[in-house]
Amino acid sequence: MKQTPFNDIHVALGAKMAEFAGYNMPISYTGIKDEHEAVRKGIGMFDVSHMGEFILKGENALDLIQRVTSNDAAKLTKGKAQYSCFPNGEGGIVDDLLVYCVEENKVYMLVVNASNIEKDWNWVQKHNTQDVEMHNTSDKTALLAVQGPKAVQAIQKLTDLDIVNLDYYTFVKGTFCGVDNVLISATGYTGSGGVEIYFENEGADHEKIWNAIMEAGEEFGIKPAGLAARDTLRLEMGFALYGNDIDDSTNPIEAGLSWITKFTKDFTDRALLEKVKEEKPSRRLVGFEMIDRGIPRQHYKITDADGNEIGEVTSGTQSPSLNKAIGMGYIKREHAKSGTEVFISVRDKNLKAVTVKVPFYKED
Amino acid sequence: MNIPADLKYTKEHEWIKIEGDIATVGVTDFAQGELGDIVFIDIDTLEQDVAKDEVFGTIEAVKTVSDLFMPLSGNVAEFNEALEGEPEKVNSDPYGDGWMVKIKISDLAQADDLLDAAAYEALVS
Repeated sequence: MKQTPFNDIHVALGAKMAEFAGYNMPISYTGIKDEHEAVRKGIGMFDVSHMGEFILKGENALDLIQRVTSNDAAKLTKGKAQYSCFPNGEGGIVDDLLVYCVEENKVYMLVVNASNIEKDWNWVQKHNTQDVEMHNTSDKTALLAVQGPKAVQAIQKLTDLDIVNLDYYTFVKGTFCGVDNVLISATGYTGSGGVEIYFENEGADHEKIWNAIMEAGEEFGIKPAGLAARDTLRLEMGFALYGNDIDDSTNPIEAGLSWITKFTKDFTDRALLEKVKEEKPSRRLVGFEMIDRGIPRQHYKITDADGNEIGEVTSGTQSPSLNKAIGMGYIKREHAKSGTEVFISVRDKNLKAVTVKVPFYKED
Repeated sequence: MNIPADLKYTKEHEWIKIEGDIATVGVTDFAQGELGDIVFIDIDTLEQDVAKDEVFGTIEAVKTVSDLFMPLSGNVAEFNEALEGEPEKVNSDPYGDGWMVKIKISDLAQADDLLDAAAYEALVS
C-alpha cells in the first residue's frame, strides 16, 4: 500500500486510517461531524496527495486536451482552471478531472482521481498522436486542500502571493512558507471556499507546510479532516464522486454535467453526447431528501409509490449540516423532476423521499 | 478502551447486562469507535420475539450501516426512546445512556455462551 508524505503526521495525530485507491489514507481524526463543521464554519485541512497529476507540454498539448476532454480548454488563459471529464468512447466517463492552464498553449496540468491514475494515463497516451510531452508527476506531488470560509485568510499569512483576492477556479504559483514553486488554486470539493496547495515534495517541506498551516489556522479553529468528512461535504453540495455517481456506464448529460460538455469543439463522443442531449437522457442523476426516517446508501433501489423500480441510489448519508438524510441517484426521467415523491428501499422497507435540486446545502 | 468487567459480550460487539430475566443490550465502546458518529438507531422488532443471532435492528452511522444481532432469544420489550432524538449518546456513553433495548429472555441457559470481559478484550485487542 502506498503512503502520502504526510503519513507519519496522520498516525501521530491518531487518525483512523484505511486503504483508499491503493493509499493508506486518513478517514477521520476527531470525528466526521466535528471535521465537517470545522470546514463549514472555520477551516479543515485535507491531505489529498493521493490524487494524480499529469503535466502536458508542447504546442500540441491543448489540441490533445481538447480531443480527450468534454469541456472547452481553449477558454483557459494562464492561471485559470476548469472542471472537465474524459468521455470513454462509448458515452461513459473514464474519469472527471481538473485542467490547469500553467502556460497558455504550452503547459497544462491535469488532476485526476487516485483510483484512475493508470487508466487515465493510458487513455490520454492512446490519444497522444502528436508526441505531446507527458509527465506523470503523481508520486512526487503533495496536495493539501485547505477548505472553509476562513481558509484564505490563514493561507495569506504564509505567502506574498495574493490569495485573498484569488477568484474561484484561478491559481497562482510562487513561494509559500519558504518553499518555491508552490501552486495555490481557489478550488476544492467542499463548497465552503478555500484553496488547494500543490507542491513537489522534497525533504521535510511537507512537515514544514503542514505545521505552518495548522499554526496560521489556529485562531480560526483549524482541524485536520479526513476522507469521510470530504465525502459528506461534497455530497451536501451535490458534487459527483467518480465510482459512485459517475463511471464508465454513465454519460455526462444524464449525470448533470452538460455544463462541462461543450459542443463548440470536437472531442471523444461528441456526436453521441449531442444526440443524448437532443433526445434527452432516459434517466437523470438527481438529489433527494428522506421524508421517512432512514438513511439511503449506494445501490439501494428507488421505486415509485406502486413499488415499480425507477432508479438506484449512488450516494447517501446523514447530512451533518442539515441534520437530515440525503442522497443522489439515477431516476427515470419522468420521475426526476424536483418535488417528486419517490421511495427508497432500505432493507425490507420502502421509505418516502422527495427529489430536490442540488446543492442540498447553501451558505446563509 | 473501556470494557466493564461486570458485563457480558458478543463477538458482534454488543454488551449485555442480565438482571433476572431481563437483558439490557447496547454496543461496546469499541463498536461505537469503529462506527464513528451514530445518527440513527432503527429497531423494527419492538414487542416481537426474535431468536438468538437474528437481526433485531440496525445502527446507522454517517459513513456506514450495521445490523444489530440478538445476543439471546427473547422478546424485544423496550427501546431506549432517548436515542430517537439523541443517537449520539451511543458514542458518548455506550454502556450507560446509550443502551438500546431490553430483552425479556426466553432461555436463560443461552447466557452461558456469552463472552466475559476478558474474552471480549482478547477478541478486540
